[in-house]
Amino acid sequence: MPARALPMFPQAAKRALENTQLRRNMGNATSTIRQKRANVVAEVVDWEALRSAGSAIKQRVMRHLDEYLLQLEAAVQRAGGQVHWANDAAEANRIITDIVRATGVERVVKVKSMATDEIQLNEALARHGIQAIETDLAELIIQLAHEKSSHILVPAIHKNRSEIRDLFRSTIARGQELSDNPKELAAAARHYLREQFFTAQVAISGANFGIAETGSICVVESEGNGRMCLTLPQTLITVMGIEKILPSFEDLAVFLQLLPRSSTGERMNPYTSIWSGVTPGDGPQTFHLVLLDNGRTNVLADEVGRQTLHCIRCSACLNVCPVYARTGGHAYGSVYPGPIGAILTPQLLGIEQAKSLPYASTLCGACYEVCPVKINIPEVLLYLRGKITEKASALNPEKVVMRQLAHIFASPRRYAQAQQLARTGQSFFIHGQVIDRLPGPLAAWTVARDLAPIPKQSFHDWWKQRQSEQVQEPGAGSASMSSTINQQEDQ
Amino acid sequence: MSESVKAIMLARIRQAIAAAPEPEPVQPDFQVHDERDVATIRADFTQNLLDYKASVINTTAAELSRQIAELCLQERIQRLVLPVDVPVSWLPAHIQALRDDPPLALRDLDACDAVLTGCAVAIARTGTIILDGGERQGRRILSLVPDRHLCVVYASQIVGLVPEAIAAIQERAGHPITLISGPSATSDIELSRVEGVHGPRSLSVLIVQDR
Repeated sequence: MPARALPMFPQAAKRALENTQLRRNMGNATSTIRQKRANVVAEVVDWEALRSAGSAIKQRVMRHLDEYLLQLEAAVQRAGGQVHWANDAAEANRIITDIVRATGVERVVKVKSMATDEIQLNEALARHGIQAIETDLAELIIQLAHEKSSHILVPAIHKNRSEIRDLFRSTIARGQELSDNPKELAAAARHYLREQFFTAQVAISGANFGIAETGSICVVESEGNGRMCLTLPQTLITVMGIEKILPSFEDLAVFLQLLPRSSTGERMNPYTSIWSGVTPGDGPQTFHLVLLDNGRTNVLADEVGRQTLHCIRCSACLNVCPVYARTGGHAYGSVYPGPIGAILTPQLLGIEQAKSLPYASTLCGACYEVCPVKINIPEVLLYLRGKITEKASALNPEKVVMRQLAHIFASPRRYAQAQQLARTGQSFFIHGQVIDRLPGPLAAWTVARDLAPIPKQSFHDWWKQRQSEQVQEPGAGSASMSSTINQQEDQ
Repeated sequence: MSESVKAIMLARIRQAIAAAPEPEPVQPDFQVHDERDVATIRADFTQNLLDYKASVINTTAAELSRQIAELCLQERIQRLVLPVDVPVSWLPAHIQALRDDPPLALRDLDACDAVLTGCAVAIARTGTIILDGGERQGRRILSLVPDRHLCVVYASQIVGLVPEAIAAIQERAGHPITLISGPSATSDIELSRVEGVHGPRSLSVLIVQDR
């Protein structure tokens, strides 16, 4: 199934920027989490060593991914779990749907998972009459509102408390008195979801880490909805991207320090669950692990792009990104927004489907600085831009202009002539002190920024003029100084 | 069919990484041992628990059951759930204690006010207690469904850093492990923090001086 092309970022961003409420929410959310992260990262004296270790571990994972996956599979099977391999979204959805149908239930509870968003599992289950209930508070809110996530960590951050109250009143808390106090809203969600947890027979989760050595799966969360799903139902299905592997249990020592501090800005998130297969008398007695490729091996094959798979989905890069902080996540049009989305999405879907995303960045580098596994996002952004340009038609206006410029810049004579020509031509476009509108395809440049006009005299011309003036009046100040220097050199 | 999908995926992975260079070995030059003295580490543990809205009671083995009784009184805990192997010496008088033996049904568990457990190890730097299903900890569901969690931590179980704790539970990796840092919480509505969503609404840690 060929992926559908995403909407272009500039248009989507423009719409997002017109929504002042959204901009205010995004600004508040990103700056608050950014500050919290900075505070708790500053507490850790060996933070840089941890980042380096995290990056090195992930590099090793990618280099030996085949071995680690086989090791994980064997360990999970030894612990009584079943392992499934899925090439793409359709295969993963079919495997999961079949498992759920075999249990005979028509309702499953879900832990927040980006992988299942990516494969659109809820929609696939719905087509077979199975209702998937999101149990993370924010995921529940956007599910009830039929909206999409705007932030990896706090997906409903674009909605304010009164909107959520109205939403709950018309859905899960119909007929109940409800104020817009977040405590009361959370209590309403707890009341509704508790019954769901207590009666659900199948749960579906993602995975933060999968330990090859022990077959342990690790899920990190805050609310306890994860623990409910991972503990109460009889059947548990976990969908894990193949890149989520860690070689050994001790690697958790690195990642359980990097992830919470980078993500929520906490020293540790309230709950982390780690389990291997099934444990008699404790938790689900049937466990399925679905290993998902869905474009990841294409990313893996790319020498530069490969590092994108190191991502642990902490969302630190979103909160520091000047573009994301203003547009929010919806403008990216993809499951993975922000700087990491701008490099991951085009690689997963194919660059043609998301070719505006690598440009959704100022290349300021803040994302690289905060990345807990040192993904060089600006490097990958530039690399992807290069690929897009390479693929573009020879008649692409940017390419035509660049070719001409290259020709002009290659010769001093042509350069001077072009300057002279532009100096004469530009007078039509100068308003005030700047060029605010260029003609034809060049207009794209001036839509969002002014251009400084070419000055009346270039440095080159000025220097020439100065030299000739000095020849005419040999006694003049600075010229005599330079002649003194010359004399000293001569001695 | 699944076997062939697996073969295809593995073949694609092998092809993708065939030319990739062998990465540098991992430099474990991050801290794996806390150099601070024991008193400082314990004070750090308490501070970090308090920071994440857990309550902390310092006590001794002799005083433990009296402290638990007092806590139950304060928090109006009448029905207290216990893992099978919690020692009788912990138990306060005048409290209805339900042992998870035979395993309690979900609805019965839900009708309880609190659970009392021990732990496997605790981390000072992050204010975390770790349960690994071992001694005095019981099934995962016990520390999940009741509204309050009372957890007994022996001072000797407190380590400074995350790597020390991971090393301590390494052998238990096959068992279900839960890391708990404060009561359950959400910041999903306008980033305003609400404690007590689905897991216990409160966490009380009793630190027993044992050396």
